[in-house]
Amino acid sequence: MVAMSQPTPGPVQPLVPAPRETGQNSMASADLSDRIADVVAQHGTGDRTSFLGARFDAGLAWVHFPEGYGGLGRPRTEQIAIEGGFARLGAPATAQAYNVIGYGMAAPTILEFGTDEQRQTLLRPIFTGEDIWCQLFSEPGAGSDLAAVATRAVRDGDDWIVSGQKVWTSFAHVAKWAILLARTNPDAPKHRGLTYFIADMAASGVEVRPLRQITGEAEFNEVFFTEVRIPDSARLGDEGNGWAVAQGTLMNERMAIGGGAVRESGMLGLLATLWRERPELRRPALHDRLMRLWVEAEAYRLASERQRQQLLAGRPGPDGSGSKVTYAALNQDSTALELELLGAEGLHHEDWSLRRPTESNWLAGGASHRYLRAKGNSIEGGTSEILLNVIAERVLGLPREPRSDGGVAQKDQPR
Amino acid sequence: MSHEDVAQTSMSTARRLIMTEDQEALRAAVRDLLSDHAPWASVLARTESDTPYDIGLWGRLGDLGVTSLLIPQEYGGSGGDARDLAVVCEQLGAFVAPVPFCGSAVLATAALVAVRSEPVAADLLGKLASGELTAALAIPATSVPGAVLSTTVLAEDGKLTGIVTPVLDLWGADLVIVLALDEGQAALYAVQADEFDFPLVQPITALDLTRQVASLELAANPARLIVRGEPALAAVATAVVTGAAMLAAEQVGVAQWSLDTTVAYLKERYQFGRPIGSFQALKHRMAHVWRRLGLARAAAIAAADALAAENDPDEIATVVAVAASYCSETAVFAAEEMIQLHGGIGMTWEHPAHLYLGRAKADELILGAPDQHRARLAELVSLPAP
Repeated sequence: MVAMSQPTPGPVQPLVPAPRETGQNSMASADLSDRIADVVAQHGTGDRTSFLGARFDAGLAWVHFPEGYGGLGRPRTEQIAIEGGFARLGAPATAQAYNVIGYGMAAPTILEFGTDEQRQTLLRPIFTGEDIWCQLFSEPGAGSDLAAVATRAVRDGDDWIVSGQKVWTSFAHVAKWAILLARTNPDAPKHRGLTYFIADMAASGVEVRPLRQITGEAEFNEVFFTEVRIPDSARLGDEGNGWAVAQGTLMNERMAIGGGAVRESGMLGLLATLWRERPELRRPALHDRLMRLWVEAEAYRLASERQRQQLLAGRPGPDGSGSKVTYAALNQDSTALELELLGAEGLHHEDWSLRRPTESNWLAGGASHRYLRAKGNSIEGGTSEILLNVIAERVLGLPREPRSDGGVAQKDQPR
Repeated sequence: MSHEDVAQTSMSTARRLIMTEDQEALRAAVRDLLSDHAPWASVLARTESDTPYDIGLWGRLGDLGVTSLLIPQEYGGSGGDARDLAVVCEQLGAFVAPVPFCGSAVLATAALVAVRSEPVAADLLGKLASGELTAALAIPATSVPGAVLSTTVLAEDGKLTGIVTPVLDLWGADLVIVLALDEGQAALYAVQADEFDFPLVQPITALDLTRQVASLELAANPARLIVRGEPALAAVATAVVTGAAMLAAEQVGVAQWSLDTTVAYLKERYQFGRPIGSFQALKHRMAHVWRRLGLARAAAIAAADALAAENDPDEIATVVAVAASYCSETAVFAAEEMIQLHGGIGMTWEHPAHLYLGRAKADELILGAPDQHRARLAELVSLPAP
């Protein structure tokens, strides 16, 4: 199974990159347009938090959510028109960019598996950005094999006592809440002894340490739980059902609607601009490599757009695993070529100091930063190797590799 | 052209990248026909027969109306567009169908449609639409979209002299459209078997067993003038771009067949007590083929859509160059992976894999090789070579 330990802003674009006049369903239907105009007229000039709160209350946060929970129970595809409608009226942006886990993972999971009280209290501040969320899934011993999670949760009256270590956690240093996968039954086979919790990051016993990475900075964290008390009311889904809930979370993350990007966006755009503006750097052997990347990036853009159109037409294609593998390879090849093109300038690295970015911007900084950061693209959010397994088994129907961990209690697994 | 200009171009031209219901139906109809009449065993057997093309199947495709898709209805054609044509080409590629579709229904037809206001062209289009004639376009198969066109054929007193080689789909053609030099300017001529002495066709033993190539040797053969000057060159240029885009669709069909066939084999072939498709090393190779095929398919559909719906010739050329470059290499990649992963069986004559490898590699070389498409693309998007 795929470990989605970090957000994957790569191939999954924000729900709507930019308002567009072209394409299907880009215009909101009349009643939606009226609702959008109402919210903007009454709250559009206030601060972002109160405006987003009004959007939530009007059912225009996640339109496919039920009424009363930020939605109107309408098709998910209408979200595109809604975002376009707000953007056209100059309304403040959503909090998606700095609450990636909250929007993409926590909210849909709470909606699907949460109690009514959890939904009532947690969804709105996710959308407004008041509550930042992080995700505590991956561990040093549970990466691609996510079900090997060893963080223990032991029942104590109405509470659970949680101890263990999580790793590669974005936003942990700013998050108020976490979604947490922990082991409640080590005697069960590993997929069946997990339970899913909501953890208060300010609770006693939670320690967040920056995890310095190869760029010098620390986007991610290690999170240590030492006898952290979590009330049973913060459980999401049934005891022992954590794997199924986590699957729902990961599935939701991948359902975001991509496509709509322009030609030469992202890393390839930087590379093309460098080639155009610095003729003295051009070398013959690099030219066809550049053009190969241009072609593949354009084919990737078209394939993403095709997936979007299929989804809008109610005919979704197979999952996005292939897109992420392509995206990672394109980024890595483009950043490598950028360094080679720069030659002597490529020897320079802007800043090795330990910095703490709150938003992932892989294109920022210098070429060496991009080159190093892109190495993570084929690891975070499911390694390319695991994603190729997913394609081979789920899309192509090839048989699974024989496994040695089936039916064995988690505590008896070799580690 | 700046980065912003490049990005803007793609914004203003959103391509339609999914099939309509009519196109789904067209796809199913062609697929059914080919399943019934072009099973690989008969395609393989035909490669060593005296009739390398299946005249019966060609006639059935004509009856279905797909050989005249590019011809407007007022000329007797089916009045489709390049998107419909691409649907057919993909299926023909998936069956490596032995018919002169590329030469007649794509290249020669596209050239004639471009000059259909000329009475001779209109007359010929009618005969192509009715199935009375099968045509070829006498240009070298290695012509590249966007490159300067040239010809060694001279026209003198309505007679043509010169050699064109290698030409696609001359076998069985009874009409050849020839680009000639006529009193210092370009001209399109029609050489027709039933009216004139048919020129000498020298068959070439081809790498691709399922597509015929030959030399056309004209020695003062009488011909009918279609049009002179710039329209003649423009017609051939249009045909080459159309051909490259349709080849991309065909390559998607070749790659899809190669993938499907190899995946099926990996599920049924057992070694070391397990299906070899359970080995990760092989699964990953198939997953990469599938991944690249998804990109190739989107690019090929975009190219056909641009031909049908885009007005800016540079934008058409850009999208076609992307598709041609990427689909060529993807088809070869898929076919080569198929050969390797079939082990010894893939090296045998009796298995159809080699038909697809030959088609994939030959397709890569015609109507612009991948590097030539990328060189053209570099000019179009202002990324000049040093």
